[in-house]
Amino acid sequence: MTPDDALTRYATRLGDNALVLGQRMIELVAASPELEEELANANFSLDYFGQSRMFYTFAGEREGEGRDEDDFAFLRPEHEYRNLLLVEQPNGHFGDSTVRAVLFESFYVLLLDALTRCSDEGLAGIAARAIKEVRYHLKHSSQWLVRLGDGTEESHERVQESLDSLWSYTGEMFVADELDDIVRDAFEGPDLEAIARQWRHAVTAIVNASTLTLPDDGWMASGGKQGRHTEQFGYLLADLQNMQRAYPGVAW
Amino acid sequence: MTKQEWPLYEVFIRSKSGLSHRHAGSVHAADDEMALTNARDTYTRRNEGVSIWVVRSDRIIASDPAEASAFFEPAEDKIYRHPTFYDIPDDVENL
Amino acid sequence: MYTQGLDQKGEAVSGASETPEQLAAFQARIDAEEKIEAKDWMPEAYRRTLIRQISQHAHSEIIGMQPEGNWLTRAPSLKRKAILLAKVQDEAGHGLYLYGAAETLGVSRDQMVADLLAGRAKYSSIFNYPTLTWADIGAIGWLVDGAAIMNQIPLCRCSYGPYARAMIRICKEESFHQRQGFEIMLTLCRGSEEQQAMAQDALNRFWWPSLMMFGPNDANSKHSAQSMKWKIKRFSNDELRQKFIDVTVPQAEFLGLEVPDDRLYFNEESGHYEHSDIDWQEFFDVIAGNGPCNKQRMAKRRRAHDDGAWVREAARAYAAKRAARDVA
Repeated sequence: MTPDDALTRYATRLGDNALVLGQRMIELVAASPELEEELANANFSLDYFGQSRMFYTFAGEREGEGRDEDDFAFLRPEHEYRNLLLVEQPNGHFGDSTVRAVLFESFYVLLLDALTRCSDEGLAGIAARAIKEVRYHLKHSSQWLVRLGDGTEESHERVQESLDSLWSYTGEMFVADELDDIVRDAFEGPDLEAIARQWRHAVTAIVNASTLTLPDDGWMASGGKQGRHTEQFGYLLADLQNMQRAYPGVAW
Repeated sequence: MTKQEWPLYEVFIRSKSGLSHRHAGSVHAADDEMALTNARDTYTRRNEGVSIWVVRSDRIIASDPAEASAFFEPAEDKIYRHPTFYDIPDDVENL
Repeated sequence: MYTQGLDQKGEAVSGASETPEQLAAFQARIDAEEKIEAKDWMPEAYRRTLIRQISQHAHSEIIGMQPEGNWLTRAPSLKRKAILLAKVQDEAGHGLYLYGAAETLGVSRDQMVADLLAGRAKYSSIFNYPTLTWADIGAIGWLVDGAAIMNQIPLCRCSYGPYARAMIRICKEESFHQRQGFEIMLTLCRGSEEQQAMAQDALNRFWWPSLMMFGPNDANSKHSAQSMKWKIKRFSNDELRQKFIDVTVPQAEFLGLEVPDDRLYFNEESGHYEHSDIDWQEFFDVIAGNGPCNKQRMAKRRRAHDDGAWVREAARAYAAKRAARDVA
């Protein structure tokens, strides 16, 4: 694989993470625990869709085969989506979606921060825009984790369970594959080992502040970055792609 | 009714540097940090602000409308506080 | 509109302690186009009318998120998805502003929400119709938001200050809502045969419910006269409905769509469109809870409220702990 090819695929993967998390969050519309949280959730979901559009457009332009953001978002088979398994996990209850956000966003800000310093100006520029949004998301989700962890006995128990059950999806974030290696070496991209250490430090601090217990590492799920998804992902895609599949080739 | 609901906060937004904060509306929030983020997510969706103040609604000290006449009308007849009160010939400049 | 003014069985309002002098002075302020503010003296009936109308309006925004929210996961392009999400989010925001305006009158949001969930409060009939195709999203923006704007612009001059200010913000933010709906319809009407048929079908289903949004005919509208005297309301139901029809029919013609009323014609003499009678039985059925989606809309709202209870409680508990720690 050429470095250019790798960078295009790498950007697509970033687009997939943003798209899939945005799609999960949009499922939560009109189901938030309080009205103000409804507005926050929509803001974050909008940010993620915006990021996916930037990453896909970037990938499409580099690829040079005339694919636009919607071709990437709606018209690929399941195994071509390379998002992390963590972001496709179903919403569950508010504690589950909060933990999912904290675990992913605390990783994503570090990744974006590294990408702002990569040698490709286009990708660095997108990362610089996205990181501002995600820093705020992380602040919001971390504050909520603290409230739930240090709230009532019930909320503490619930969110500890969320943390325990989603923990096995965090290992995948730090397992470098060919794309990660090429982007690191050829474009001064993120070093996942360094990010793993920073992430653990940051997450430990948030979990401690939440009076929760960091789960043991144990077995970790993987496959998202290679296009092997969890079962729920098929339904997410069926919903997402429905119109484009049912009415191919028309404008909306 | 229940006292279960999160307290109400009043939200004030500075739309750009150089302007005063202006009352935008209110939000409910369980704590001060949440009031600030809720205000941000509710009232600055269209880039309306560069600074936000929030304050618990029950902490605001307001004048009583029933006393409005005693409070405000005494200022009405002090017209000499306004520059238009003074007759200055047109040909005097820089005044 | 979003406040069809229907659920009131002439509730007894105790204004016993209100003197004729107070009432006259209040009416004089209204007549002089002065704004009434939260802590000003006001007749109890004025306060009640406003609470009822503003909370109904707020409930409509909140329930109104559902029919459009129904297409968020399936929106056919990323651009359309973002636009629709921004619009549905605005509806949440507008519900929030309106609850806030009603709260200035001394009713809590919890109380208003409890009234909604218990079925004591109403919301606009239009949101009890299903969104079956993507074209319905276009039709809602074009027709439902179009009808809403007709009603909401005069409310910006409502005599009650907090309501008027909320409406000014809302109208400003909503200015894109109708346009995005019309643009969806336009794209469909210029698209494939299937898309055109989708657009026509959406108009067929949403036309009459949209006309019903303006509420009963003036002759049957209970609160209109008093509300107009208090300058809570500035135009009658029928006036607004006629205005809506007059501007919308040419838009349908531009789209190449047929308004589903075979007795619709333009009366040169009056300068207005004449139309068939509205099926008021359907309207009163929907208002009474027997529309196609009443039960599911309420069930979803209740579920969200119930599912969030432990979260709201946790946040309260955490705030209390923090406050205790700060004192210590």
